[in-house]
Amino acid sequence: MIGVLASIIDGVLVGAVYGLAAMGLTLIWGVMRVINLTHGAIIVFGMFALYFFVSTLGLPAYAAVPFSLVFGFGFGVALYWIAAHRVIDRPILMSLLATFSMNMVLIGIGTALFSTSPYNVPVSLPGLRWQAYTFTGTHIVAAVIAVAIAGLLYLLLYRTRIGKAIRAVAGNRDAAELCGIPTTQVLSFAFGLGIALAFVSGTLIATLFPFTVLSGQAYQVKSFVVTVLGGLGNPAGALLGGITLGLIEGAATPFMPVSWIPIVEFVLFVIALLAFPRGIFSFSRS
Amino acid sequence: MSALLELSHVSKRFGGLAAVEDLSFAVREGEILGLIGPNGAGKSTVFNLVNGVYAPDRGSIVFAGGEIGGMLPYEVARLGLARAHQIVQPLAGMSVLDNCTVGACFGRENLSLAAGREAVREVAELIGLSGRLDELASQLTTAGKKRLELARALSARPRLLLLDEVLAGLNPTEIGRMIEVIRKIREQGVTILIIEHVMRAIMSLSDRIVVLNSGKKLAEGAPAEVADNPEVIAAYLGDPGHAGH
Amino acid sequence: MIWRRPFPWLIALATALFVLLPLWRGSVQLRESLLLAAVYITLASNLNLMIGYAGYVNFGNIVFFGLGGYFCVYLVNDWNWNLVLSALAAGIIVSALAFLFGLGILRLRGAFFALATIGVNEAIKQFVTNFEPWGGATGIYLSLEAYAPLGGPRQALWIVYFMLVAVMALSLVASYAIKNSKLGLGLLAIGENEDAAAILGVPTPRYKAIVYSVSAFLPAVAGGLYFFKSGIIEPGGAFDLTLSIEAIVMVMLGGHGTIMGPAIGALLYEEMRGTLLTIPTFSHFQLVIAGLLLLVIVLFAPGGLMGFIHRHWPASRKFFE
Repeated sequence: MIGVLASIIDGVLVGAVYGLAAMGLTLIWGVMRVINLTHGAIIVFGMFALYFFVSTLGLPAYAAVPFSLVFGFGFGVALYWIAAHRVIDRPILMSLLATFSMNMVLIGIGTALFSTSPYNVPVSLPGLRWQAYTFTGTHIVAAVIAVAIAGLLYLLLYRTRIGKAIRAVAGNRDAAELCGIPTTQVLSFAFGLGIALAFVSGTLIATLFPFTVLSGQAYQVKSFVVTVLGGLGNPAGALLGGITLGLIEGAATPFMPVSWIPIVEFVLFVIALLAFPRGIFSFSRS
Repeated sequence: MSALLELSHVSKRFGGLAAVEDLSFAVREGEILGLIGPNGAGKSTVFNLVNGVYAPDRGSIVFAGGEIGGMLPYEVARLGLARAHQIVQPLAGMSVLDNCTVGACFGRENLSLAAGREAVREVAELIGLSGRLDELASQLTTAGKKRLELARALSARPRLLLLDEVLAGLNPTEIGRMIEVIRKIREQGVTILIIEHVMRAIMSLSDRIVVLNSGKKLAEGAPAEVADNPEVIAAYLGDPGHAGH
Repeated sequence: MIWRRPFPWLIALATALFVLLPLWRGSVQLRESLLLAAVYITLASNLNLMIGYAGYVNFGNIVFFGLGGYFCVYLVNDWNWNLVLSALAAGIIVSALAFLFGLGILRLRGAFFALATIGVNEAIKQFVTNFEPWGGATGIYLSLEAYAPLGGPRQALWIVYFMLVAVMALSLVASYAIKNSKLGLGLLAIGENEDAAAILGVPTPRYKAIVYSVSAFLPAVAGGLYFFKSGIIEPGGAFDLTLSIEAIVMVMLGGHGTIMGPAIGALLYEEMRGTLLTIPTFSHFQLVIAGLLLLVIVLFAPGGLMGFIHRHWPASRKFFE
């Protein structure tokens, strides 16, 4: 029983990082109604960023975090102009395929560079002991960092001018344009922000678990489940949703073989979507 | 004349806002009933309730003797109810002919593809789109798109036609032409429920008027009666958005 | 009357070419190449019913191919049914399952539907990997006796080839028939604007489930024939997500929503892929190339090749659909 509890608490910690990842996804959706299918690939790139930092450059692991935020943002803005800009106002089919094809390109490049072998970045920290259980130090630090970044995002969205502009464009792009807000630049900024969040979450996940080029898919699924749980377009909800998912995973892991977990999450995802009444999450073109 | 459409004590809320409250009125077969009221009075909500986009929270909506409240839009369309929208929704990548054929084939008569195309030609004649049948819907002018919206709804040979501000954005000549078309539609036996802000048009077209304000029925009667009703005048004068014609 | 339109002639011509060319050249290599092309054309044409007509992106479309393959091979191997019956049964079972499943999953729109279809593919792959009667992770190996009723392995390969060409031709015919039917009109309306279509009376849930199910039938039959010919079926090869995605690229390349588009896209893509795979540097970049191609198409030429032709030569719209 205590074992399950420990697993759950651990799940909550990891869940905070899932929430961070999902925040990127939900932000992009909320602001520009684009489902970013490169999300998984970005997470993977974030993971490799950590590897690059620690194993190639020999720098301390957590120093990669600010780097990831900045690099991720720049990468995101570039990605916006390459793939997203032209399809923003087109039918959903097009933005879906655009981000999906970008995902294929990124994963393809990643596979060519790193093949599909597993990578691991050993990060050792003293853990917290409780009864017979040790909570891994990395899990705790990752959770703390995730929440801190979430806090920074909140400050940005609600206490700065650019944040206000983002919220305006998210609410009604045409009205924002009429108010003199340079919506295209705001969109590219918001996209960059969303990618930065995904990227840094990848870096954090890499401090916790080994990974391959193909790991992104599983985390993308988790992000989708979280976004649905938390409410599309709602970053705070994403954090809570992430913690919830982490909780569920923590409760399930002692009882289920690991390879089944992504499947269960997919099923959860589909059921959660179907359970919501028609209209709240509809993507109608009108 | 019997009632083709009857709303009884219909209510619909969105969150804290009562869009429509305890609304009852009937549309008699063969008549043109005008629905007017200041902005936000709930007129579009009424249309959405009738054609199945929303389900009423309370009350009943009876069409041709059967309860339709809560039915899905395509089920309602099958019963012979069609709508021309305020914000036109052409099937952009399809031709004018195909747009209307969709209306014809999936409406009350459930026509085959060939029969549907035939039916469309008649309607196109009436509305004045005969020359444009092969054009892509996206290439029409605004007026053309409005006519397409109407033609498409009419192609379904509905018993009841909901016209949602079909005159908005048209110049006086076009408005005059559209009014004639609407009269011809009624002559063919179609019952019409019309929302309009162009006052002279709706007053001259309608047999009777229902006035809504804040989701409730304010007045009902012949156009002249309603126009003289002090409460109606107050409701409109209090609304800066109203421009009298 | 139907022969007055150019379309049926094009299909007949293509079929004739597929049948006669390898026979005339006596080339097994050509046959194998055309067999692959026939499979791709089948997959792309049927996928187009979802993407091009109804506007729903079925990322996991390969699941029909794989499941059809498993049912057919299983029936032939374990129950000793003959090939035709097994393939047809596989088609029917898979499309029935698709219909039931479609009623649920098609309530999702846009990206969520697309992602859910990937989930379906992965979930079924996982399930089959653990399903002992179907060989689990190793899959099913067909014994040589399975080819006896067809006159031995060599002859069987030719027979299966012709059957696959027939399936390909049927796919094209089906695309054409549906597009010119009332069902097709309703689907195209759904693809343009689903809410407007519903208000016009199109019974959207039923139609979507029907097209999902129909788009499953021929790929399932093709899968049955293909894996019978291969002699072996295992989860990775049967539910290959890469092929699933390539099918999407083929549809978009040729022009979604048209009839010839997916077929042309399939041929072009197969050519391209075949050439690239022989160049060592490019073979690693298969997914990258496909992705870039798709990106370019979506950004600059969303109508694909057919869209391009139609736009610059409007008269072609009538006869070259």
